[in-house]
Amino acid sequence: MVSELFLIPFLTGLGLAIFLPLLGCYLRLRDEWLAALAYAHVAAAGALLALVGGLAPVIVGMAAAGLAGLGKRFFAVRLTGGASYALLFLGGWSVAVLVAANQPLAERLGHAMFDGQLYFADGSQLALVAVAGLIGLLILRLLSQHLLLAHVYPDFFRVRGMKAWPIQSGFDVLAALLLALATMNMGVMGAFALVFIPPWLAFRRARNWRGGLWLAVLIGVLSYLAAFMIALGFDQPFGPILALLLISLGLVIA
Amino acid sequence: MNSLLHVENLVAGWERPATPPVSLALDAGEILGLTGPNGVGKSTLLAAFAGRARVFSGRMEQRKDLRLALQTQDVPPVVGLPLSGRELLALTAAASDGLPLWLSDRLDVRLDRLSGGQRHYLALWAILQAPADLVLLDEPTNNLDAAGVAHLAAALHERARAGAGIVVVSHDAAFVEAVCDRTVVLGARDGE
Repeated sequence: MVSELFLIPFLTGLGLAIFLPLLGCYLRLRDEWLAALAYAHVAAAGALLALVGGLAPVIVGMAAAGLAGLGKRFFAVRLTGGASYALLFLGGWSVAVLVAANQPLAERLGHAMFDGQLYFADGSQLALVAVAGLIGLLILRLLSQHLLLAHVYPDFFRVRGMKAWPIQSGFDVLAALLLALATMNMGVMGAFALVFIPPWLAFRRARNWRGGLWLAVLIGVLSYLAAFMIALGFDQPFGPILALLLISLGLVIA
Repeated sequence: MNSLLHVENLVAGWERPATPPVSLALDAGEILGLTGPNGVGKSTLLAAFAGRARVFSGRMEQRKDLRLALQTQDVPPVVGLPLSGRELLALTAAASDGLPLWLSDRLDVRLDRLSGGQRHYLALWAILQAPADLVLLDEPTNNLDAAGVAHLAAALHERARAGAGIVVVSHDAAFVEAVCDRTVVLGARDGE
């Protein structure tokens, strides 16, 4: 962190460590944590295809994940029980690995995304994370009451004439875009670890919803800080260190 | 239309008709009981009032801009969710005033750490006290002990006095008798 070389990646990751656990709380509320893996893999596949095609990987990766989030609703009737996420996850992973294996240009980015290296983030990615994170937090704040009400009292929600689909689709697209952005910066599993483990622990320990959100962010940020320092100090890939730290913390607390 | 709800020869169901023809009217401040044997379509009729079940024949009118609140027999999925009673009431904008003491001092406890009866009553209260003109309750006495049933009866009268119309579906004949201004007994459909 002393070096400016690592300041931008550090701040980029810090932004992600704040909003990913929050997003994860709402994914867990909806029992859709598998969506995190699905969107992350679709984003990775989109980014690698974009690289081969000479397009901007971040934009195409986010677009691919966003389309997956938007399109999910149209297949919801036939692909129940998380099947849509499993198919997206497997499809994204297959395409990403095949592209990385056959295109030397995509191999390096593929390794970065699957190994979970944070240190390639530049100023433009930091700006994107900061802006998207702030907008995402505002949207989550707006959707929060509706998502909770639709989960706890789906019938009350409907009889009040509230339309579920704009809220659900809006959340799906938001989740897909934020996860795509996170995948581009800290890799598939680093993003997934921050989306899954802090909310899982917070849901077990928190006394109320608001406390749960704060606890998830606290766990995410502290784990991130520790993982960043360990990975940097011992010259290790960031994603696996973060995941191992969170798993250890999870086992202790759970 | 003066009534909150007016139905004539209404037959409702899901894929096929599931209720006998029903006619009734409900005014503001009234509590109406719906009783009858299991499977006769009481809950389906309530769902039709709420616009969820299909109306196969007959007529149903509701006052314009009617605000509905519907409590079903589904248990709110709160196990494993860090949601307190106070936050639950805030979701439906229900006031906590009037809650029994055995719940009012537990409002900051997670719902999944309350007893089944406490959780049920709080979940019911969040619907009963939500801002609404017409409150539809499906088997509200399930999981309640005698103290809960007595408190619910008083709360229903209070809510009706405040101007809400209430429809109560219940198999508990004594409760319906004690609480409701009128009772409609559903019989089996012709040929069943």
